[in-house]
Amino acid sequence: MKTLKPLNGNQSIAEAARQIDPDVIAAYPITPSTAVVETIAQFKADGLITGEFVCPESEHSAMSVCIGAAAAGGRVMTATSSQGLALMWEMLYIAAGLRLPIVAAIANRALSAPINIHGDHSDTMGARDSGWIQIYSENCQEAYDNFIQAFRIAEHPDVRTPVLVGFDGFIISHSTEIVEVEDDEEVRQFVGEYLPLYPLLDTSRRFTVGPIDFTDYYFEHKRNQIEGIENSPRIIEQVGQEFGQRFGRYYGFIDAYRLEDAELAIVVMGSAAGTCKDAIDELREEGLKIGLLKPRVFRPFPHEIIAKALKDKLAVAVLDRSSSPGAFGAPLFNEIRSALYDYEKRPKIINYIYGLGGRDIKIEHFKEAAQNLVKIATTGRIDSYVGYLNLRE
Amino acid sequence: MKKETWRELTIGTINLNAGNSVVNLTGTWRSGRKPEFRPEHCIHCFFCWLYCPHFAIKVEGEKIAGINYDYCTGCGLCAEECPTKEKAIVMVPEEIKLAERRK
Repeated sequence: MKTLKPLNGNQSIAEAARQIDPDVIAAYPITPSTAVVETIAQFKADGLITGEFVCPESEHSAMSVCIGAAAAGGRVMTATSSQGLALMWEMLYIAAGLRLPIVAAIANRALSAPINIHGDHSDTMGARDSGWIQIYSENCQEAYDNFIQAFRIAEHPDVRTPVLVGFDGFIISHSTEIVEVEDDEEVRQFVGEYLPLYPLLDTSRRFTVGPIDFTDYYFEHKRNQIEGIENSPRIIEQVGQEFGQRFGRYYGFIDAYRLEDAELAIVVMGSAAGTCKDAIDELREEGLKIGLLKPRVFRPFPHEIIAKALKDKLAVAVLDRSSSPGAFGAPLFNEIRSALYDYEKRPKIINYIYGLGGRDIKIEHFKEAAQNLVKIATTGRIDSYVGYLNLRE
Repeated sequence: MKKETWRELTIGTINLNAGNSVVNLTGTWRSGRKPEFRPEHCIHCFFCWLYCPHFAIKVEGEKIAGINYDYCTGCGLCAEECPTKEKAIVMVPEEIKLAERRK
């Protein structure tokens, strides 16, 4: 039976981890995801989980433990943020290259310098080409739901690719909400038993994991790896539907809010989508035909779904909670603009960078973006492709 | 040997043909010097065998029997680790014969 519990984002992840009870949990605590690791450590001390809990000397080692444990045949998870994810960098690529279905909970946080512990997407956006599937959450409930689904997606035989679940640091990780926590047994049944393909602990077969490739094989192995994430959309869709059938909350690639008949659209990922919905309601009341598109999955990028949802709009503002210095706009903007290229009829599209280092984004800032969209839709002219919201100019 | 396409490869870089390094003659990496075995000084302590990164120390019965030059890269670890006063393995200059190497 499902229960309603007051949980913050970190506790929601820890609660899901307790229910799934992975074979190995290896993590090095870092703000703002510390409480994920701390709560799991408490569960372990209280005998509520049976998995091995390993606390190594760094995040690089934590991901290394995950890789070793996953190669051995275990179901494995970790949690980290910001510099911690950055320190895992080389191991992230190895986890993906070895097709190990590790699941990581990332309380999104800004990267140094300057040092800052608050929420933005710089950490996971920095890992966007590492080969990991990336799912972003809007609130504690989504963090909990996404984390449970992540195991099913990662472990599917056609995918076998690591998954990270992002949830905004502090805004989600430390804010308490009423979360629908599903029955332990139901969650276990949903996640199911994990069957590793080539566990190193199986000594009946001889094989090598992670051998060196020279110019004659590296390219083929990378292409072979890409196939896993290319196969994943079908599985992400299927898992989201099954989750909905069992628990009543359905998941897809995007969340569209009052978008169908909208002429203007705002695209935003993560916790800011909640605020944006309120802004959309107010703007609608003011007579503006505007809607929200919230991507849930960033890797694999659902380019067709997003393009179809946006192609008939007049003007679109894509909001990124990270910057890509020197690039033409930030990551989400790049992807969406590119996705719309093949459509003859397509909207004017601009980029806003917002919320770096935990800077607030309020209803008034969404309205500021909306006013600019009105101007662009009316005049057909774009003054600046990349703007900044709530920044002192 | 026909090389697999990306579709034919096993997932996650797994190589099911374990031990296939036997066809890779790492001895072709050797340049300029090689270890020479001097059995009269050998006490059969197996240090060379233990330290050799390429399993290039030959063993017959329970005794060190020389160097397998097909796999010896000439790194010199065996000579360095040899503990006898008069070394049982010494590094000596080796002329590289490209024509032979390509065989």
